Amino acid sequence: MFLGPSLAVSAILFSLGVTGMLLRRNAIVLFMCVELMLNAVNLTFVALSQQLGLDGQVFVFFVMTVAAAEAAVGLAIIIALFRHKDTVDLANINLLRG
Amino acid sequence: MAPAASPVANGAGLLVLLPFAGFLANGALAFLRPRSKRAVTVIGVGSIAAAFAVGLVIFAAMLRSHVEVPIVRTYWSWLRVGTLSVDAALLIDHLSIVMVLLVTGVSTLIHVFSVGYMGEDPGYARYFAFLNLFVACMLVLVLGASFPVLFVGWEGVGLCSYLLIGFWFEDEQKAAAGLKAFLVNRIGDAGFLVAMFLIFRTLGTLDFVQLAALAPQHFTPGEPLVTAIALLLFLGCIGKSAQIPLYVWLPDAMAGPTPVSALIHAATMVTAGVFLVARAGVFFGLSPVASAVVAGIGALTALFAATIGLKQWDIKKVLAYSTVSQLGYMFVGVGSAAYAAGIFHLATHAFFKALLFLGSGSVIHAMHRAYHHTHSHADAQDMRNMGGLRDYLPTTFRTMWIATLAIAGIPPLAGFFSKDEILASAFARGHGAPYWYLIWVLGAAGALLSAFYMTRLMLYTFHGPNRTGDAERAHLAESPAVMTVPLVALAALTVAGGLLNLPEGLPGAQWLHRWLEPVVGVPAALAGSAALGRGTEITLVVVAVALAVTGMWLAWTRLHPEQLVPADRAPAERGFAKLLAEKYHVDEIYDAVLVRPLLWVSRTVFWKGLDAGAIDGAGVNGSATLARTLGWLGTRLQTGQVGMYVAFFVLGVLALLGALSR
Repeated sequence: MFLGPSLAVSAILFSLGVTGMLLRRNAIVLFMCVELMLNAVNLTFVALSQQLGLDGQVFVFFVMTVAAAEAAVGLAIIIALFRHKDTVDLANINLLRG
Repeated sequence: MAPAASPVANGAGLLVLLPFAGFLANGALAFLRPRSKRAVTVIGVGSIAAAFAVGLVIFAAMLRSHVEVPIVRTYWSWLRVGTLSVDAALLIDHLSIVMVLLVTGVSTLIHVFSVGYMGEDPGYARYFAFLNLFVACMLVLVLGASFPVLFVGWEGVGLCSYLLIGFWFEDEQKAAAGLKAFLVNRIGDAGFLVAMFLIFRTLGTLDFVQLAALAPQHFTPGEPLVTAIALLLFLGCIGKSAQIPLYVWLPDAMAGPTPVSALIHAATMVTAGVFLVARAGVFFGLSPVASAVVAGIGALTALFAATIGLKQWDIKKVLAYSTVSQLGYMFVGVGSAAYAAGIFHLATHAFFKALLFLGSGSVIHAMHRAYHHTHSHADAQDMRNMGGLRDYLPTTFRTMWIATLAIAGIPPLAGFFSKDEILASAFARGHGAPYWYLIWVLGAAGALLSAFYMTRLMLYTFHGPNRTGDAERAHLAESPAVMTVPLVALAALTVAGGLLNLPEGLPGAQWLHRWLEPVVGVPAALAGSAALGRGTEITLVVVAVALAVTGMWLAWTRLHPEQLVPADRAPAERGFAKLLAEKYHVDEIYDAVLVRPLLWVSRTVFWKGLDAGAIDGAGVNGSATLARTLGWLGTRLQTGQVGMYVAFFVLGVLALLGALSR
């Protein structure tokens, strides 16, 4: 049921996430793009679980758990970064330059 | 050839071990208790004297038992590779026992002399350690039963020569002289090694006893291969025995202490080349060409070195060139297949040249002491600073005159018999081969010059007015007994040395000749014998004596020691005399033609070009630069911009997906 449209929405959401990652410089926005991609994948899991069994739905919970943890750690890093640099614009942050 | 339980067989090892033990003990003392002079003296002189005693016992046993076969004493198997088998074995035969007695006997006297000469030196223990090691190596050389064992001694004496020339190594010039001796000898040793390889390749053994039997069966006389072997062996002799063109190291070797010059660079080590030609005589006997080359080089050297000796002012330099010249005579002897005559001259030369060197050592010692008292820095070895020393050093004066008469060839002293026999045997080969007459002419001319330069040395050193300096004169005095007694002993040997091998017709004539017959008889027979008529022989003797007397008379009448001035005020030489005084510039020519080009090639091509350029530059540093450049290119990708990383990541994923879905 709605398999085709579900996958299409999922693909669109994922692409939006990737595009956001490539084009935006704000760390918070990038973070939200990551969430967007994760949830696009979750949607794919749920949609396909109709045909392939409940494994996909179980996996969604794992992804959500990891995403929650990642959000906590990631936001903590961004706050630390902001305190240090007074900005979250990644164009100005290139500590890893070779 | 089974070693009988006789003193002959058992003593061989002892001969080598005694001096070697002396070396170890004195070496230990040099490190642990360098001030214990008494112990060093007892060990140093005692070990050599004991070896001499052992040599005498062996000799007496050989005389009694009339052994005809060589006695080989094998200790252990040293090298066993493929078909090569070399034992650590010593060979006692008629030739080696003569050399043993000569080496240990002269060494004993020179060791005693050294006690006085080196008494004040801080390196006393080190000196005796080296000197003992030298005697041990020299005995290995003369006793070795095969080429490799002989070679061990050969290189060992070379090492000791290097150590003792550079004994006062704080003086850079003396250290350099040691290095020069070592390097020049390497050229000859290369020839010696190749000769050994050739012998092993063709005959399959390096053992002297086997070779003496095998070689005449295997080679036809005059075969190119045997000529090559003989000439390569002779290259080794040229280096060790300081013949043209490799003689240049010997005059410089006078930088060492004077007893060392007497022992190593006059009496024993430098005669190793002559010994080798006699030991490997079978190869030279089979090759007339090689023998002619040996005699030719010897005759040329005899004359050439004698001319340089005419104008040297350093008393030791005169004797050094004289040694080179006399070694040339020995090679004329062995080259003329008169092996016994060559060894005879080797022995008599060891006596009178050791005496001359020790005498000059006594003179230098006295001069040095006199200058030391007045803190003068004048040259204690320059004859222009000497003169009139006969009143101050009477014993040295008398004994050195005996040696001078001997080297000039005045009968009945030792040098007369040996030199005359060599020249006669060269002359005897001249029948139908004028080349040998030429050799005789060169040798006779050299004999004339020897008489001249030795009389000149005596005249300038001991006669005429004294030029040492007024303050110094009061301190000139004869050396102590420990130095003069060896002089007297050697003088006695110089007088009596001729008895070893008196000419035909006298009682006990040709003793050495008959004694060496079992060893050198075969090669001499291979070369073919040549006899002189009685009349010719007497004529030659008269000519030789006339030449010697003429040389001495010329020097005595033409030279004026009273006109000499001390070295620091002496006028510069001119013309041919300058060329002689500057030794024909041979060192400079070698320097320009060989040393400098070699250094240039080594420096620019091998060092800066190959090593620093190709290996270090392109190889080592090149690969490092390559890695760094690649790394630098990699760092350009690391912009630190998260967007870039994401972009690459996405591109990578897309590429992966594209590749997988195809």
